[in-house]
Amino acid sequence: MDRREFLKRLSTGTALSAVALTGCRSQANSSLPSNTPGEVPTDKMTLRTHPTCGDQVSLLGYGCMRWPMMPAPDGKGDIIDQEAVNRLVDYALAHGVNYFDTAPPYGRGQSETATGIALSRHPRESYLLATKMSNQSFAREGLTGKELYKASVQMYENSRKYLKTDYFDYYLLHNVGGGSGIPFVQQRFFDNGLIDFLLKEREAGRIRNLGFSYHGDIKVFDYLLSLHDQYHWDFVQIQMNYVDYRHASGANYNAEYLYAELDKRGIPVVIMEPLLGGRLANLTDHLNEGLQTRRPQSSIASWAFRFAGSFPRVLTVLSGMTYLEHLQDNIRTYSPLEPCTDAEFELLEKTAQTFVEYPSVPCTSCQYCMPCPYGIDIPSIFSHYNRCINEGNIAADTQDENYRRARRAFLIGYDRSVPKLRQADHCIGCGKCVAHCPQQIRIPRELRRIDAYVEELKRKGGL
Amino acid sequence: MSKSKSLLRRLRIVLATLFFLGITLLFLDVTGALHTWFGWMAKIQFLPAVLALNVGVILVLVLLTLLLGRVYCSVICPLGILQDIFAYFGRKQKKHRYSYSPAKKWLRYGMLALFVVALVAGIGSVAALLAPYSAYGRIAQNLFAPLYQWGNNALAYLAERCDSYAFYRTEVWIRSLSTFAVAAVTFIALGILAWRNGRTYCNTVCPVGTVLGFLSKFSLFRPMIDTSKCNGCGLCAKNCKASCINSAEHCIDYSRCVVCLDCLDTCNRGAIQYQLRACKCLAKGTPDNSRRRFLTVAAAATTTAVLKAQQDKVDGGLAFIEDKKVPKRQTPIVPPGAQSLYHLAQHCTGCQLCVAACPNQVLRPSSRLESLMQPESSFERGYCRPECTRCSEVCPTGAIQRIDEAEKSAIQVGRAVWIQENCLAASEGVWCSNCARHCPVGAIKMVPSNPEDPNSIRIPSINTERCIGCGACENLCPSRPFSAIYVEGNDRHRLV
Repeated sequence: MDRREFLKRLSTGTALSAVALTGCRSQANSSLPSNTPGEVPTDKMTLRTHPTCGDQVSLLGYGCMRWPMMPAPDGKGDIIDQEAVNRLVDYALAHGVNYFDTAPPYGRGQSETATGIALSRHPRESYLLATKMSNQSFAREGLTGKELYKASVQMYENSRKYLKTDYFDYYLLHNVGGGSGIPFVQQRFFDNGLIDFLLKEREAGRIRNLGFSYHGDIKVFDYLLSLHDQYHWDFVQIQMNYVDYRHASGANYNAEYLYAELDKRGIPVVIMEPLLGGRLANLTDHLNEGLQTRRPQSSIASWAFRFAGSFPRVLTVLSGMTYLEHLQDNIRTYSPLEPCTDAEFELLEKTAQTFVEYPSVPCTSCQYCMPCPYGIDIPSIFSHYNRCINEGNIAADTQDENYRRARRAFLIGYDRSVPKLRQADHCIGCGKCVAHCPQQIRIPRELRRIDAYVEELKRKGGL
Repeated sequence: MSKSKSLLRRLRIVLATLFFLGITLLFLDVTGALHTWFGWMAKIQFLPAVLALNVGVILVLVLLTLLLGRVYCSVICPLGILQDIFAYFGRKQKKHRYSYSPAKKWLRYGMLALFVVALVAGIGSVAALLAPYSAYGRIAQNLFAPLYQWGNNALAYLAERCDSYAFYRTEVWIRSLSTFAVAAVTFIALGILAWRNGRTYCNTVCPVGTVLGFLSKFSLFRPMIDTSKCNGCGLCAKNCKASCINSAEHCIDYSRCVVCLDCLDTCNRGAIQYQLRACKCLAKGTPDNSRRRFLTVAAAATTTAVLKAQQDKVDGGLAFIEDKKVPKRQTPIVPPGAQSLYHLAQHCTGCQLCVAACPNQVLRPSSRLESLMQPESSFERGYCRPECTRCSEVCPTGAIQRIDEAEKSAIQVGRAVWIQENCLAASEGVWCSNCARHCPVGAIKMVPSNPEDPNSIRIPSINTERCIGCGACENLCPSRPFSAIYVEGNDRHRLV
C-alpha cells in the first residue's frame, strides 16, 4: 500500500511537471486514457441523475468508514484526525464528489461527528448526506418492541445532531441480511413500528430518500423487494465488484442477480465494496500483469471502479478513501467515466475466476467484528494472510523453490503486522465476532486455518 | 612507544580478539545461526569442560598450559580479555600503573577450596559466582545483549520500512532481576579492579586461574629475564598487569603470569624473551597489605534499572490484554535435556548461554537461592516449542544434554495442572478449548462438565501420562493474569 502510494505520488509529481513543461502540447496527450496521472480534473466528474428526486449525484461517493486516525492526546487509543478529514472533504467537494455516506458505528463511533464537522463548513445544498439506522447491535443485545423503537429513534436523532443537519438526503436500514435473516429484519424494523416512523420522516421531508443496505441472506433481499410496492424504496445499496458479480463468497449472493432485480424495478443502485475492502487494489503479479498490459497507465484499482461505474442504474460508487492519493486516483477514474468495453468485462470476469481460486479470506477490513473480547486483531490477521497470498508468500510445500523465502516473509511479516498476543493462536473460538461480519466469514474457522498454517511453518525449523 | 610489537604478542592479541568476539557473539546472536560456527568456543572453556567431563578438552588445556603457560587466560578466557580491555584504558589514563606484589596464596587456594567444596556439594550458584566463563556469560547476556538487540530492532524497524525481511524484532526484557544485579555488580567490580590493577581477579579469585597457575609453574615455554641484558629499571614490573615480575630479583612468578607477553615489548633492552625454560627462580612471598580487594559479588546491588519490556500499544479498536503473571510452582521447570533438578544443579555454571539462545522467551535465570542463575522455564511470553532444541545444542557443560526433536516431544519436564476457578469454561461458561487445541501431544481432552449431560459445557481434562510440560496450554490460555492451566515441574524428567 505504502509503496503504491509513494510511486503514485512520484509519478503524479513527474506528470505534473511534464504537463507544466510541455504546456500547449498537452492537447496531444488527450488520446491517453482519462485517468493518466496528471492534473486532477475539477469539473469532469460523471454525474448520475436520481430518477425520482432528480439529484445530480457524483459517480464517486465518499465512504466515511475509513477516516484517517491518529493517537488520542490522552494516549488512550486512537481518534479520527479531524484536520485530515477536513482536507479530504474539501478536496473531494472541490473535485466534484458530492455524496457522503456514513453510519453511527463507523470509525469507532466517531465518523458521524467528524463527517458533520467537516461538511458543515460547506453550504448544506452542496453535498448529499447518507447515514443509516444501525440498530442491529441493540437488537443483538436483546432489545425488542418499544425499547428497541426508543433506542432506534434516539439513534436517528443523534445522527441529525452529530451531522449538524435537519434532513438526510439518503437514509438506509443498515446491514440487512445478517443474523437470523428475515426474523431479524422484522425484529429490527417492522415488529416495533420503526419503519412507520421512518416513512413519516420521509413524508415530512426529513428523509429525502429511504433505502437499505444489504449483505448476506438472499431471502431478506427478496423479501424487502417484495415490499417495494408498499414502501417504495428510493434506492438500495449492494456490494458489487467484478468478483462478487458472479463469484460472491460465502453466504453472499452474486451481485449480477441483485443488480438485475433492482434494474427491473427501476430502483437506483448504490455500490459498496467496489474494491472488496482494498483487495482489488492489488492482485497477484500474474493478474496485475493481465490488467496492466491492457491499460499500462491505469491503477489496478481503477479497473474495479470502472467496472462498477459502467452499470447505468448505478447512482454512485462508494469508496472509503483514507489517503488523498486514493481519492485523486478515483476522481481521475470517474472524470469522466470511461465505461468498460465488452472485451474488458470479459477480462475482468477471467480475472475474477482466477482470483477466487486463491484461498484468500474475503475480509474487507470493515472492522465490524472488532473489538474482539479476547484482543485478537482479526482484520490485520486476515489482511496479512491475503497480502502474502498476493505476493506469493504462501508456500504449500517444502519442496517449493521459494519455500524458505516465503516462510520467512510470512512469519516475520506476521509478527510485524499483528502483535503476538493478538495473533490467531489466541482465538478461543467464542464466536462473538461471527454475527457482526457482513461478509458472513466464519471467522474462528478461518483463524484456525491460518493458525494451523503458522504452526506448520514454525515446526519446520528456525528462521 | 615507537617500538614495534613482537610477533608473538601480536599473535596473542589477534587470537584473543577472535575468541572474545566469537564467544560474545554467541550470547548476542538473535538468529541462532552463529552457534554452528562459534559453538565450540564455549565448549573448550575450562570449567564447562570439567563439568561436562570432556576429558579430551581438559587434557588439551592441561597440556597447552604445561607447554606454553597460561595462554588459556590470555587468549581463550573471555573474562580475561574483558579485563585486558579495561586495563588498556586504565593504562591510557596513567602509564606504568602496576607494581610487583607477592602472591596471596591463602586467598587463591582458599577460593579454590571453597569452589571445589561448592561444586561437590552441588551448590552450583556459589560455583557459578566464582567461575570466569559464567561470570562473563552473565555480563554478556544481561548487559551487552540488550544493546545488541536494540541495535537489531533499529535495523528491523528500517527493514520493515523498506519491505525487507532481513531483520526482525526481538523482545528485550530482564529475565531475572537478581541475575541482572549480579552481572552488573560483577561488571563494575571487575572493571574497577582491572582498570587499576590489571589481572587481580585472575590471580586471587579465579579458581581456573589458580589451577592453571599451579600447572604453569612447570610450563616448558615462558617469558624469561636475561640478567646479562637487564639493567633493573623495573619498567617491566610497572607494566605487568599480573603484578608477577619481581624486577629487583629478576624473577617472574609463573603461577601468576598469564602470558600476555606485554613485557616482551616493554623492555627497552630486549632482556625479556619468551623461550624454553632454563632457570628455576620462584618468587618468595612476602606479606603485603596491598590495595587489592575483591568486592564480594553479593554485596551491593547498585543497579536496578528497570527495563520494562515494551508493551503492546492498545487502541480503541482492540481490547486491552493484561500481562500474564508467573504462577507459583512448587517444583521449578527446567529445560528438556536437563534430566533432573539435581543434574542441572550439579553441572550448570549459570553462564546464561541457554537463556540467551532461547528463541521463545521461555528460559530465564532462576531467582531461587539453591539454583541461583541457573535456567528455569516459564511460559508468560511463549512456550517451549516442540521443534526447538536450541538450549540443548548450546549448553557447554552438559547440564542440558543434547536432545533431538523426537526426544523433545517425548521428555516430560513437568505436567499440566488445571485450576477450575480460573477456567473460562468452568467459571463463566465460555466454550473454549484453546489448551486442548494447541497441545502438541494431545494430552488434553475436552469433556462435559456434567458427566450426566453430554451437551454440558466442556472442560479440559489432562492425561498426565501424555503431557510433556511444554507450556503451550499455559501460554495460550485466555485467562489472565493467571492461566487456568499451568505446568508443575518434574523433579526428574521422564520419557512418556
